[in-house]
Amino acid sequence: MDPAPSREIADMTGAAALPRKNGELVFDEAWQGRIFGMTVAMSHESCFMWREFQAHLIDEIARAEREGDSSSYYERWLRAFEQLLADKGLLDAVVLAERTHDFQSGRRDDVF
Amino acid sequence: MSGTHDHHAHDEHGHHHREPESVLSLRVRALESLLVEKKLVSSEAVDRIVAAYEEDIGPHNGAKVVARAWVDPAYRARLLTDGTAAIGELGFGGVDLQVVENTPGVHNLVVCTLCSCYPHALIGLPPVWYKSFEYRSRAVREPRVVLREFGLDLPENTEIRIWDSSAELRYLVLPERPAGTERMSESELAEMVTRDAMIGVAVVQPPAGAGRGSGVR
Repeated sequence: MDPAPSREIADMTGAAALPRKNGELVFDEAWQGRIFGMTVAMSHESCFMWREFQAHLIDEIARAEREGDSSSYYERWLRAFEQLLADKGLLDAVVLAERTHDFQSGRRDDVF
Repeated sequence: MSGTHDHHAHDEHGHHHREPESVLSLRVRALESLLVEKKLVSSEAVDRIVAAYEEDIGPHNGAKVVARAWVDPAYRARLLTDGTAAIGELGFGGVDLQVVENTPGVHNLVVCTLCSCYPHALIGLPPVWYKSFEYRSRAVREPRVVLREFGLDLPENTEIRIWDSSAELRYLVLPERPAGTERMSESELAEMVTRDAMIGVAVVQPPAGAGRGSGVR
């Protein structure tokens, strides 16, 4: 069974605070929910500590703000997540690029 | 092949372009497929986690409590007598709770003057202003002015009661049920109840076309 939603995640403050509206989480696009869920799932599996991800996220937000890029919160989240996975040796950027291309070209159409 | 003139584009790398949503979506699908293959995540776990956080982080649970109290007078009485036990009946808990009821002459407002005690389990994350020093001090000192700034202009003869939350006891406002909602179902009613109304900085607004629509605006 999954652990209950964690206050450590739900109550992140400052720039890292989860976007919300009327107190509820806001996912503007479906992929934003997927990347949120994957990140939480992997922290449940102890692939990393939540605070490690949070540190990457804060760094990525700071970098984006410094460089004045207009990326959304979850685009920054995605970059932070990819960077963390790469640091942990869990993801190869080249393999991800190839797989993305497979989806883009229609060679793959499902996650499985 | 030799002789080929390698042509490197010398545009500035490290300059991040905002990618179109579709590319981001494809990239996330690709990422999920790789992580699933490596058995680092399962898509079912991701589904469950997203649903759990959407359910937990938000005022849904509190809204269900309020809607039940509106449709079931016996439940309402139990809720006002022993909030902790009454929310337990609906499967919520984790905090000692006192529910305070708005009536035509009385408006309740919740604050935590010391820190940011808040009934998370019922209404999700506290908004930023709830934790601000300004709200914590002014809600007690000049509640009528603060409420007006939230867009809630109460009649002069309405009594405002302030409830100061603590680590031991949290408060939840039971808002007044708006007129014109008599024919709405319990779940339709729950959709109308906002976080702000359960803190007491707003009232529940009657919906346009009350009693006829699905409750979705």
